[in-house]
Amino acid sequence: MTARPAALLEEARSDVTGAGRPKAGLVGAVGRRLGAGVAVLWAAATAAYLALLLAPGDTVDILVGDGPDTPEIRARIVAEWGLDRPEVVQYLSYLWRLLHGDLGRSYQLQRGVGEILATQAGPTAQLTLAAAGTGVALAGIIAVVTAGRGRWSRGAASAAELVSVSVPPFLIGILLLSVFSFTLGWFPVSGAEGPRALVLPALALGLPIAGVLGQVLRGGLERALEQPFAVTARARGLTERSLVVRHALRHALIPAVTLAGWLTGALLGGAVITEVLFGRPGLGQVAMQAVTGRDMPVVMAVVLLSAVVYVTISTLLDLAYRAIDPRIRG
Amino acid sequence: MAVHEAAAYPSGILRLFLPVGVLLVLALAVAVPGLLTAADPLAADPLNALAPPGGGHWFGTDHLGRDVLARVVHGARHSISIGVAATVLAVTSGVLLGLAAGLSPKWLDEALARSFDVLSTLPELLLALLIVAITGPGTGNVIFAIAVAQIPNYARVIRAQTFVVRRSGYVEQAVTFGRSRTAITAGHVLPNVLGPIPVLATIGLGQAVIASSGLSFLGMGPQPPAAEWGAMLSEARNYLRVAWWEAVFPGIAITLTVACLTVVGRRLQRRIEGRT
Repeated sequence: MTARPAALLEEARSDVTGAGRPKAGLVGAVGRRLGAGVAVLWAAATAAYLALLLAPGDTVDILVGDGPDTPEIRARIVAEWGLDRPEVVQYLSYLWRLLHGDLGRSYQLQRGVGEILATQAGPTAQLTLAAAGTGVALAGIIAVVTAGRGRWSRGAASAAELVSVSVPPFLIGILLLSVFSFTLGWFPVSGAEGPRALVLPALALGLPIAGVLGQVLRGGLERALEQPFAVTARARGLTERSLVVRHALRHALIPAVTLAGWLTGALLGGAVITEVLFGRPGLGQVAMQAVTGRDMPVVMAVVLLSAVVYVTISTLLDLAYRAIDPRIRG
Repeated sequence: MAVHEAAAYPSGILRLFLPVGVLLVLALAVAVPGLLTAADPLAADPLNALAPPGGGHWFGTDHLGRDVLARVVHGARHSISIGVAATVLAVTSGVLLGLAAGLSPKWLDEALARSFDVLSTLPELLLALLIVAITGPGTGNVIFAIAVAQIPNYARVIRAQTFVVRRSGYVEQAVTFGRSRTAITAGHVLPNVLGPIPVLATIGLGQAVIASSGLSFLGMGPQPPAAEWGAMLSEARNYLRVAWWEAVFPGIAITLTVACLTVVGRRLQRRIEGRT
């Protein structure tokens, strides 16, 4: 109820100042979006911490994991996590350390977690970016080639989409390895040396994305091609291809951007399996080893890092959305 | 629009009966695997290892000489029951949490809705791995991990449905007649919010099967020598060079299962949407 008079006031003021309102609206929207992002990250950190507390067994045992277990290490864990202090203080000091970029220590690897993640983030970033690029480019090609092109190519595109949501991501990798590495010998079987080693993992991770995204883009394109502006453009003598590329694609991007969250999740989750399958170094491998060795500080940090990536990307894309679609700027 | 959609999925018997038929065969494999194959999925025969498909072994044998067909058929029991159990758990908790959120005072609803948001910011697989890191590997833990990761999908929809239903005329009337809150929730709200669940659960089951095969592939699910499809693929990748069949058949089994579930779910959705 209190918001209403304020909003009216705001509206009245903007009537006077004219261009002032959209700007204030933009700053407000960006601020709200950032605030929501920070809140989600805080909640994710709390959830990871709760998971640690709720885990059956003694917290010190869990933090040691399968690492070396000596009284000195135990004493160090108690000191670092403040386990001898009240629970509220423990929780606050955990958040305090996170805010300072201190992700704790892996007792198994005897190294700081931040340091481990920093050395392994590069290969994973390479893999996920290459896969995202491959996926988006292929999706664009699928959409532009099949949009409004009759039944047969549409059927093929939706069959491709069905297969890409049904195939487990590692199966594509296994098939690619089997054909291109073992049978044809074109690409190395494992490792991360050189761009040739990136081709198959990026394809394995990017193909399922291309299938789903291609289907969505195609639907958006077909809707856009039925809009009045498309008729106008055709009347002006534009070829169908340049109508698609220059005008319709922009409209088709809008529903596709809402998939960004799904895409980020698919990339981050898929990276674990892809790295294990192709024997690539990276955060996925780190996560896997940490899970197998029950190295909780590392597992928690990887989960938090993925939440940070997810929130950052979805916030940025939400803001980009406003740039693509002027209708929601007001 | 409608014309395009129809063209994208040519109607016809094939489109619905084929996937339903495949799912029935899979159900049979889960219930009585012995009917589909006589071979023992665990019987090793090292002298006959990595035999190509044909003759006595339609799908060939694996690196220990076990019959791949028998392992794929018996694997249905592991893979599909994990998926079904996780889906049942996720649907039940999702419905209860969504209903609770939709009927709660605003602050509690906000808190629940935000926690669904947080759960869904984590990729399903990473969330499941976090849970397995705490609980340790094993069939029960994988079921729990997948279920937790999928709860928000159901809870969000049920919450939104609850908002619509609680404002509806028949609920208002039940309130006027002085029926108790519990009676209204159980008798009027619950049955009317469940509408989207069959479709969501069918498609969700497919995704749960993929998630369970992924976790098993990473060695978190049923432990060897159990014949689980994801675990079979994980073992098979060491023999890719010489024996494609050890990987391809369990891979086809997963893909076919998920594709059929997805198609049936989408057809169901179309049917329901067409009716209303």
